[in-house]
Amino acid sequence: MLRSESLTQTYLSGGRPLTVLNDITFTLESGGFLAIVGPSGSGKTTLLGLLAGLDRPAAGRVELDGQDLGALSEDQRAQLRAAKVGFVFQSFQLIPTLTARENVQVPLELRGEPAEERAQELLDRVGLGDRADHYPAQLSGGEQQRVALARAFSIRPQILFADEPTGNLDAKTGATIITLMEELNREIGTTLVLVTHDHDLAARARRTIRLADGRIVEDTGA
Amino acid sequence: MTPTAFVFRMAWREGRAGRRRLWLLTGAITAGVAALVAINSFTQNLRTAVAEQARALLGADLSINANRAFTPGVEALIDSLVAPDSALGRAAGRKARQINFAAMAYVPRTQGVRLVQVRAIEGGYPFYGEIATDPAYRWRALDTEDGVLVDPALLVALNARVGDTLALGNGRFPILGRILNVPGDVGVASAFGPRVFLPARAIPQTGLLQFGSRAEYTAFLQLAPGVAAQPIAEKYRQPLRRERTRIRTVEDDREDLSDALSRLGNYLGLVALVALLLGGLGVASGVHVFIKRKLDTIAVLRCLGATSAQVFGVYLIQALAMGVIGSALGAVLGVGVQQLLPMLFRDLLPVDVRVLPSPRSIALGMGLGIWVAGIFATLPLLAVRRVSPLMTLRRDVEPQKSGRDRLSTLCALLLATSVTGLAVIQVGDVRDGIIFSLGVGIALLVLWLAARGLIKGVRRWFPSRLPYLWRQGLANLYRPANQTVTVVLALGFGAFLLATLYLVQHNLLRQFRPGGSGSRPNLMFFDIQPPQLEGVVRVFAENGVTRPPVVPIVTMRIKAIRDIPVKPAAPGDTAEAEQPPSAEGRQRRDAGPSGWALRREYRSTYRDTLTATEKLVGGAWWGAGGRAAAAPYLVSLETGIADELGVKLGDEIVWDVQGAEIRTRVANLREVDWGRFETNFFAVFQGGVLEGAPQMLVTLVRVDSVEARGRVQRGMAERLPNVTVIDLSQIQEAIEGILDRGAVIVQFLAFFSLITGAIVLVGAVSAARAQRIREAVLLKTLGATRAQVLRILIAEYAALGVLAALTSVVLASVAGWALAKWVFESPFVLPAPALSGLTLLLVGLTLAVGLWNSAEILKRAPLAVLREE
Repeated sequence: MLRSESLTQTYLSGGRPLTVLNDITFTLESGGFLAIVGPSGSGKTTLLGLLAGLDRPAAGRVELDGQDLGALSEDQRAQLRAAKVGFVFQSFQLIPTLTARENVQVPLELRGEPAEERAQELLDRVGLGDRADHYPAQLSGGEQQRVALARAFSIRPQILFADEPTGNLDAKTGATIITLMEELNREIGTTLVLVTHDHDLAARARRTIRLADGRIVEDTGA
Repeated sequence: MTPTAFVFRMAWREGRAGRRRLWLLTGAITAGVAALVAINSFTQNLRTAVAEQARALLGADLSINANRAFTPGVEALIDSLVAPDSALGRAAGRKARQINFAAMAYVPRTQGVRLVQVRAIEGGYPFYGEIATDPAYRWRALDTEDGVLVDPALLVALNARVGDTLALGNGRFPILGRILNVPGDVGVASAFGPRVFLPARAIPQTGLLQFGSRAEYTAFLQLAPGVAAQPIAEKYRQPLRRERTRIRTVEDDREDLSDALSRLGNYLGLVALVALLLGGLGVASGVHVFIKRKLDTIAVLRCLGATSAQVFGVYLIQALAMGVIGSALGAVLGVGVQQLLPMLFRDLLPVDVRVLPSPRSIALGMGLGIWVAGIFATLPLLAVRRVSPLMTLRRDVEPQKSGRDRLSTLCALLLATSVTGLAVIQVGDVRDGIIFSLGVGIALLVLWLAARGLIKGVRRWFPSRLPYLWRQGLANLYRPANQTVTVVLALGFGAFLLATLYLVQHNLLRQFRPGGSGSRPNLMFFDIQPPQLEGVVRVFAENGVTRPPVVPIVTMRIKAIRDIPVKPAAPGDTAEAEQPPSAEGRQRRDAGPSGWALRREYRSTYRDTLTATEKLVGGAWWGAGGRAAAAPYLVSLETGIADELGVKLGDEIVWDVQGAEIRTRVANLREVDWGRFETNFFAVFQGGVLEGAPQMLVTLVRVDSVEARGRVQRGMAERLPNVTVIDLSQIQEAIEGILDRGAVIVQFLAFFSLITGAIVLVGAVSAARAQRIREAVLLKTLGATRAQVLRILIAEYAALGVLAALTSVVLASVAGWALAKWVFESPFVLPAPALSGLTLLLVGLTLAVGLWNSAEILKRAPLAVLREE
């Protein structure tokens, strides 16, 4: 489902190139559940961005569902995401001007699919069926993240990327979110890729890749 | 649901929440569209009115007109045109006549005297249309009564009323009524000389119209039913031109008038277009700020798989929707404003205008509004393509810089082209459209440079010794996401327009004001027959006026130049025989002598000295002793006319002085300041040549008190009624009146630019409001009082206002100077008090809008805002 080959990323920092990811190579099977862990600054989020095709690597390649991301243009990658990828973010990233239901509808509508009923279904599924017409600002953090989950799963993605999904939530709410993710992973068969430094959360993943200073220092699935 | 539908739905949902902010984009377009719709609809109304009223404007099917009595040939032609033709089964037409001449009108009861235009009429004029009088239906009274109908303005000027006796020359006529409306006449024209309608048969009673008097003769023809006027006009136009006679039809009038009024409307529309373009700038800056706020949403959309085209579409649709709403509002407003225009144009138009909404102008105005909104929004919107989806993960991701962006360049090019295109369409002239666009571009560039300079200057030479509050206010000018450039551009441009208009108007008017020396003449007497001179001098003496120099005037035409005879106008010679050339005509000057200069009537004089308004620029003056001995005699030409004639020093010109041939040689060339109220001449002869020719005399005097001026004019009217007196103060009033009226119209339209500027200012201020509130709250939390926060705001807006005002005034001064020098060829002065006033006004406006919009900042309690965070 996801292949990373010698993935390397460098940024210019103060005029000097700074290697934030170095030679990351791994393969993740379809339906897998991977947690990427490591201390702050170890390159977790950079890796996630590259894997999801949000950024281009300095070297190496990423294959998503058999597609070489490097061969695609920015817009082609966007279309690939629209077709196969879901996202959950630490800061929820709901569009503030849209209601909960409309936020869930966006990925479906991008694909040109009927959206309203499916969105309502998903909101029911995450327990927010009666809050569908609320705006993000009217929802609590946990509720917002549940809407974000509903949005991520609306297109039955083949792969879901989550960046610190519980980072802004209290422990109990965080746990509910993870439970929901696992349930959806089972129901739809979505591959999960999770960046976190929450040990409890990482422990629930079936595979863990630990990063330090931009290198893989531990891979439980290798 | 297709991906395209997503773009529309997303645009709708997004716009729903941001509507309050987008309102300002709407407003920026509204004022410009309103001004455009109003002026273009009105122009359309004018055109319709001309088309409908053309026949009444001429009052006949055909008019034949000359500056002297018709020749027997012309008279024969007139008779033949209206004669019945039994062979063709054609009925008789009808003819009427009008003779126009200037004369002094005098009302003995009130002792009022005024120079008037006498229109002596005969026959059934007008054949079409009505001349409205008060009391009603008195027009036809002229058929039977030897009385006069006069302009209302004359009654006011002479303090007279209907029923009074009016003296014209030696004639005494009862005033039968007031003329309310003459089709085809422009109301303000009466300011120069109110009209007096008199039956032509009464002319002999006046004793006016003697030899040498200027008069215009017109015959009005109503052709028999079924006879078309236009072919007749085409057939006789050239032959009549040889007789120095013009022929005009309703169709000629309609075309000329329609063209002239359309051109007027088109150029006024340019002023409105400026407002729209400023609105475009407001849209561009508003969209720029709007997009900055939407970066998160854009990144999420990109992350969720929206293509850059889709995201671009979402926001372009919002901008276009605002353009549509703004334009629609503008159109409605414009139709309202259109109702006001007839008031502004009152007395300036020769037709009665019915104000009706013009669908074409409304559609055009809205189309332009939407286009401007779209094109100006596109440039800043292109930035959304570079928003990285990575921003969802990291806040610090800079939008990708792709160096030279071909699409942005293309878009900028499209913008420049379309602005030029809009101008060209509006003016209907490619060259003028391009000049206009260049002018606007240069003005904007200068304002932009000034704004950038301010930002850089404040930063570099930051007045760090100022109290903290002022420093904070000034620092706001260059803080991130500042609106300095936008505000200076939008406000500055509006002010620049108004200031330029004011400067031009001021300088034009100033030329007609009597000089400060108090010695320039203010009364001019002409049509004095040589034997009357002593009588004139006596009237002067009785009123304490010393004998002034007298200038003889001899009328003549050119017979030959360098022995090449001047031919009558040839077919294909488009210049009207007696008309000065148009601008295009002047450009063709190099091609040879202009027909206008060759065939006009010259009113020349003879003397031994140069006057104060003349300067010798070539050749030698003949001096006092230079009496003429034999032909060729010496003549002096004005440089401009010498150019028109293609004549150089030493060339010989043969003049036809009322039948006598006089051969002359061009001895010197003079530059003449025509702007002064003096007698000036194209051709001046040396003494000893023209003394024996039929001539009339002109003299100028200065009489300071209004009463004395009245007495002199009365004395002349009573004793020498054929002598015409021009009172400079009346001319000056008339010109001022007309210029003021014109200026009010242009300023009214320019005002829309200032409104747009204010709206853009409001938009700019509210765009930064959230940030401001946060800052103000922070300051308050740190212990700042409301007064201190207020002072920070005042410092910022005062600085903005001062910069916008100063830049625009400086720019306007340069533009005004350039216009004075090259377009109006007049001297230029800066009216400092008025410009200072404008500067203060602009600073005040900026402060008022800025502070009014910031009221919330002052009101908000710190806690309320912190909770919202």
